[in-house]
Amino acid sequence: MSTIDLLQNLLFGIAQGSIYALIAVGFTIIFSATEIVNLAQGEFIMLGAMFTFWFSAPPSIDGSVGGMGLPIYMAVILAVAATSIIGVIMGWVMMRPLKKANSTTMIIITIGASMIIQGVASHVWGKDAVKVQEFTKFNDGAMVIMNVPFLKPIDGVPPQLFLQQQQIWIIGIMLILVILLTLFFNLTMAGKAMRATAMNKVGAKLVGVNVSRTVMLAFGLSAAIGALGGAAIAPIYAQYDMGGLLGLKGFAAAIVGGLGNFPGSVIAGLILGMAEAVGANYASNYKDAISFVILLIVLIISPNGLPALLKRRRK
Amino acid sequence: MSALLQVEGVSKIFDGLVAVNNATFDVQEGTITALIGPNGAGKSTMLNMISGALPVSIGKITFNKRKITNKPPHKIAGYGVSRTFQNVELFSNMSALENVMIGRHLRGRCGMLAAATRLWHLRREELKIEADAHEFLNRVGLGDMADEPAGDLPFGKQRLLEIARAIAVEPKLLLLDEAASGLSTREKKDLVKLIYSLRSDGITIFMVDHDMDLVMDISEHVIVLDHGEKIAEGTPQQVQKNDKVIAAYLGEEVEDA
Amino acid sequence: MDIRTKRFIGAFLFITLIGCVPLFVKNGYHLGILTMVAINTILVIGLNLLMGYAGQVSLGHAAFYGIGAYSTAVFTSSQFGWHPFVAALAGIVISIIVAAIIGIPCLRLRGHYLALATLGFGWIMYIVMKNWEPLGGTSGIEKIPFLVVGNIVINDDQSRFYFTWAVAMIILWITWNIVHSRVGRALRALHTSESAASSLGVYITGYKLQVFLLSAVFASIAGSLYAHCINFVSPNTFNFVTSVQIVVMTVIGGMASVWGAPVGAGAITILVEVLREVGDKVKIMKDSDVIMHGLILVLAMIFMPSGVYCTIFDGIVRLFRRKKTGGAA
Repeated sequence: MSTIDLLQNLLFGIAQGSIYALIAVGFTIIFSATEIVNLAQGEFIMLGAMFTFWFSAPPSIDGSVGGMGLPIYMAVILAVAATSIIGVIMGWVMMRPLKKANSTTMIIITIGASMIIQGVASHVWGKDAVKVQEFTKFNDGAMVIMNVPFLKPIDGVPPQLFLQQQQIWIIGIMLILVILLTLFFNLTMAGKAMRATAMNKVGAKLVGVNVSRTVMLAFGLSAAIGALGGAAIAPIYAQYDMGGLLGLKGFAAAIVGGLGNFPGSVIAGLILGMAEAVGANYASNYKDAISFVILLIVLIISPNGLPALLKRRRK
Repeated sequence: MSALLQVEGVSKIFDGLVAVNNATFDVQEGTITALIGPNGAGKSTMLNMISGALPVSIGKITFNKRKITNKPPHKIAGYGVSRTFQNVELFSNMSALENVMIGRHLRGRCGMLAAATRLWHLRREELKIEADAHEFLNRVGLGDMADEPAGDLPFGKQRLLEIARAIAVEPKLLLLDEAASGLSTREKKDLVKLIYSLRSDGITIFMVDHDMDLVMDISEHVIVLDHGEKIAEGTPQQVQKNDKVIAAYLGEEVEDA
Repeated sequence: MDIRTKRFIGAFLFITLIGCVPLFVKNGYHLGILTMVAINTILVIGLNLLMGYAGQVSLGHAAFYGIGAYSTAVFTSSQFGWHPFVAALAGIVISIIVAAIIGIPCLRLRGHYLALATLGFGWIMYIVMKNWEPLGGTSGIEKIPFLVVGNIVINDDQSRFYFTWAVAMIILWITWNIVHSRVGRALRALHTSESAASSLGVYITGYKLQVFLLSAVFASIAGSLYAHCINFVSPNTFNFVTSVQIVVMTVIGGMASVWGAPVGAGAITILVEVLREVGDKVKIMKDSDVIMHGLILVLAMIFMPSGVYCTIFDGIVRLFRRKKTGGAA
């Protein structure tokens, strides 16, 4: 593969990986605050995408599923809000078994929740893929072209990298969210309370942190993050069952980055996205398996993720 | 003659917190030895390292001339060390008898394949395990509680059951973790009698306890830990008079007279 | 009447009950459903042991199911022409090897690593099944030969029913033996308290691994049976939804009890069929089985975490005990 093709693939990989990173971050937040492995995380992405469709698509004229025709930015905001509410409800439902159930039970409950959400989605929005408009359509939706200065020109023309406008949105949203979350966890009371609950529930309670509210906040926040990612990816792909595979890959990223490790999740998500994009060139049919193979290898060698492996080698 | 159990330079560090610092002591065969110290001294941590439940950060533990540092608990049980737990860890949904039968686990050989096909000679093995378990229950005086669910037993009897289960392993060394805690005076007297009789059966006893009277009364050798460090070792009388020990328990400095 | 006689009678009744079913159920389609219950029972019983005793979950059990099915399909085809039992054995061997590769590193550690690894592996297997040409891709493999036992060709509804249930009952018997042995006792102990069990000489990782391997073997056997019954395998039967379905059946039936397996398998298999028939007539209920599965999972795990069978069984036992002591404590 030529250098320019490799770079192009990596670029696409970063865009896709941004979604995985967001899912992984969502996982990490819930796991850190509650020790629950939330296998329904992918459904938040799906809800974000489908709600965005529902609020922004033109009303139906031919009996197919239609929307409310709102402007796209409003639709995105409403979609995030709606999904967050669902997330908070889910957090509330999880509170009850949280006290006495073991973690295996919790995982199974989240699987059940994801099936319910997916089932309802297929009823409301049907099983077909739906079309959501792009966030921006400068130049008639043309791709963004970047010249790569440090590579040798081909036929006198400097090599170029392409990116869809929507992909730039995806990467941009991911970066902004990561920055905002870092600030949130380090500077706000609510964020610090969440970190405290993650480290020590009893201690947090003693200091006055409301644990059940923190759990619901963790779920709501994860849902919001997922929804924003889902809204961003909706113009590229939106269907009732998109949550399953996306969620699992994002989940793999969370494990590879070290469950509970915020920066690890982001980097791992990007790595998986890039690995997938590059691997797709060699075995396009098996590209979905790439993330899982990496997951398996990481679990076998270093179950606490790559960061733990790197720490070990440094010792 | 080397000691049955030798702890040499053992330290345990948890993420920067030193729970046990460079502890060295011996436990002689056939004795009743106690490990005491104020709360948080590192006694349970020490016991957990000996039984294999916790890995050792630094140091060496030798049992019966064999290095057991960081070996897994089930292997250490196989070498002849068994234990009870501070918070009684019975298999509460199994009967008292079944609990003790698990103590006989190492005396059986029936594996999954054999169990699946119900080989006849292994049926005899099961009967022997059951008969042996009955004997160990009788030994601690719980013979008539054999079929009671372990979780339903009153607390004092639960502690006895744990001991029955531990001695069913036929250990050379029995580790007792706060075995007297929560017992009534009467129950403590019975426990003392039991410990003495176990010792005359040849089992070496190493106990961690808070009850000063019990420990001073029953043990021949005492080791004192404070903040993870060994501060004294000797007979109960020697240890009782030790200034550092008194200070540790009283929590204040002893002025020079 | 001592307990051994009671057990014998119970087993006899069960076998007779199953044996009489084809006399009353003449509809081929319905008999086929009940045959699937047998296959699902075999799938579930391994997971039942894994979850109920080793305290672990496999979220990709359909992979082992698929390994058994595809091994049978590939090795009995004209290209290899192996005897069905040898093909099934090949499936078992492959399942054991795979389960060992995943299980050994994961079971050493505390936590849900096995769940995650099986989740990933389940997906990998599914993607391979969909794309690897020797496995027929999305269209799968057809024309799998019938099983032949002695002179009998198993090619009609009755013989399929009897054969699969015979295998299911042998496996139930094997599992029952294991549970009521030194091994079963060790498993129950390590499920309650790993620290206590290991301090008494029980090798925790070893037993967890054995249970995991056993569950993989059973799933593989179920897969081979499935292949011979349907004579056709395709990837869609062995996807994540199936893995979840197996978990649902295990959870509903109840773990830590051998009878939980047929109860759970039967309940869910029949329930799915009922919903499908109702859904064909009532438009709203169409495709509701996913929602139903999800709801059952959530409600069951919240309110009846030890499963339907165990919860009811324990309840009855407790009722009897209270009567015995005359009501007063």
